[in-house]
Amino acid sequence: MAAITARLGAARGRRSGGPRTQRAAYLYLVPAFLVMGVITIYPLLYQVWMSFTDTELKHLNLRLGLTPDFVGLQNYQNILTSALSIPNFDFLRLIIYNLWWAVSNVAIHLVLGVAIALLLNAKGLWFRRFYRAMYIIPVVIPALIVATVWAHMFDADSGAVNLLLAGAGGILGIPATVFHIDWLRQVAPPMPWLLPHPSGGPDLALPLAYYAMLITNTWLGWPLNSVVATGALQSIPNELYEAAEIDGATSWQKFRNVTLAYLRPAMIPYAIYGFVVTFNLFYLTFFMSGGGPNGRTQLLVTQAYYLVNNVHLYGVGAAFAVIMFFILLVITLITNRLTRATQTYTL
Amino acid sequence: MATTAIARPRASRWALRSSRGGPGLLRQAGLQALCLFVLLTVVFPVIWVFSVSLNPLNLSKPQGLEIIPPNATFDAYAQVLNKPTANPISFLELTLNSLKIAIGTSVVSVIIGVFAAYAFSRLRFRGRAVLMLMILAVLMLPNVATLAPLFVLLNSVKIDWPILGSFNLRQSLLGVGLAIISGLLPFAIWNLKGYLDTIPKDLEEAAAVDGAGVNQTFLRIILPLSMPALAVTGFLGFIAGWTEFYFTSTFLSGTVQNHTLALALNAMVGQFAATPWPAFSAFAILFALPPAIVYFFAQRWITSGLAIGAVKG
Repeated sequence: MAAITARLGAARGRRSGGPRTQRAAYLYLVPAFLVMGVITIYPLLYQVWMSFTDTELKHLNLRLGLTPDFVGLQNYQNILTSALSIPNFDFLRLIIYNLWWAVSNVAIHLVLGVAIALLLNAKGLWFRRFYRAMYIIPVVIPALIVATVWAHMFDADSGAVNLLLAGAGGILGIPATVFHIDWLRQVAPPMPWLLPHPSGGPDLALPLAYYAMLITNTWLGWPLNSVVATGALQSIPNELYEAAEIDGATSWQKFRNVTLAYLRPAMIPYAIYGFVVTFNLFYLTFFMSGGGPNGRTQLLVTQAYYLVNNVHLYGVGAAFAVIMFFILLVITLITNRLTRATQTYTL
Repeated sequence: MATTAIARPRASRWALRSSRGGPGLLRQAGLQALCLFVLLTVVFPVIWVFSVSLNPLNLSKPQGLEIIPPNATFDAYAQVLNKPTANPISFLELTLNSLKIAIGTSVVSVIIGVFAAYAFSRLRFRGRAVLMLMILAVLMLPNVATLAPLFVLLNSVKIDWPILGSFNLRQSLLGVGLAIISGLLPFAIWNLKGYLDTIPKDLEEAAAVDGAGVNQTFLRIILPLSMPALAVTGFLGFIAGWTEFYFTSTFLSGTVQNHTLALALNAMVGQFAATPWPAFSAFAILFALPPAIVYFFAQRWITSGLAIGAVKG
């Protein structure tokens, strides 16, 4: 007995970090941090140094032996004041559009996801399992395939979207030429009053390409929300509804006070996760609008890619990535606070 | 008080009967109509891209919406399997390159990652909080934001062999693999740690009482229990590598023999590409099918595995 307690004590000692555990822990961490040190952490530190230089394509040719100049905060200043020598770059518009893109998408995903989860949860629904299995299809297709296929579907001449609209319009007697819509390239905003152009501020009007990508991302995004909502719905004990019924609650009251109360703690962390994913969603914008027309649908991620891949401004690209890091840090801190606030919400 | 006690069983009996009987036919019809409409929107793009792929190749853009188009043929599949783009590289070679990247990066990340995940999940040591914050900070930054330094650094590794020619790490599959692991390894550590945190500690405590050390606990208890998480994390890494685009497109521009499926897809839809739609559609289907099938059937495990890693943070 004494031996067992002694061993238990030894085991506890190991758990709380005796010298042997310490050494074992570091041994377990060595491979990962050796690799990350070389290919993750060093490049990120190098990125910070690069952001203070004017590194360009010519500095990469080792034979020329040119070394980039130290330019201090010039890159940061040029980015923040939108003074980069690339077309259609407006930093403020970029951030506002990027935030709006993420918020509008996640709001739609949430509402649709919950609504369809409720639909599938309806009592006595036939073929429930079949629908549940089929509705997951958008999730299983790689995002870059989704983006390229939908880019073709929004084609002005032969895209399925315009053909469908023309078919529906034909029934109502609207000529097909009306539906020759150039979804991804039309510059004129369809709803100029949404995100207007404040005097002195950036022109935020959303082009048609934004709506096309919103539709695509809605198709792509609601199913996972629905899966999460379904899980939460199934965890609601039936007695709660019965109790509410006895208390004479209307169906709206039951929905608000029972269903939504249970959905909230499950959906909010997922919505935040979805917000970050959508905020950084590269493929749709890159393959559908390419950030256009006139850079109006550019996201931070596509802009960062453009700086490195298209114009080879490595120094500016590095500064841009550092700025992105701080933007994402602020978003993470805010969302963490939000999650914690909702965690204290007890049922 | 007394009335609720009597009312309660009656109410629950009523609820039971209504759930067994189901809704009325009219309501069922309404629900089915809604469900079918949603189903139609979900499968429409899939059916569309399939029907486009059946068109003959001389049709650059199909004009109608027929599911089976006139003169339907599998020519487009034969074409893309043989030579999908203008570049001299076959579908098989593209697939092999994609597979090398996807398998290499996911296997390396999971194997190295599970050791670190175990340390973070179960062992207490000095500097734990700092190291974990470091991983979180790296995870916060999307891959595309590490493009510039990785490009410059990998590009600086150049070796000139006397006969074999020159080797540039940046333009090689190895370089791309390293760049991918730089982001995938922190993800693997975090995802696996989230899973290990959910394994009850009773087993390890029992093993510790029997005198098992850290290594034995890891090899005999943790590793066997975390196989599903390793599979899921590996699969997610595989998908990321299979469709990787930022690094491959930026790094491999010059070397056609290293091109991947994602690069070929980009070459087919690019601004100046004149790929007939049937060829693009056939390629998209062949590209998406393997991971889609695995994902579709393993979906339950994958979403739950991901949810643990993502939410447990």
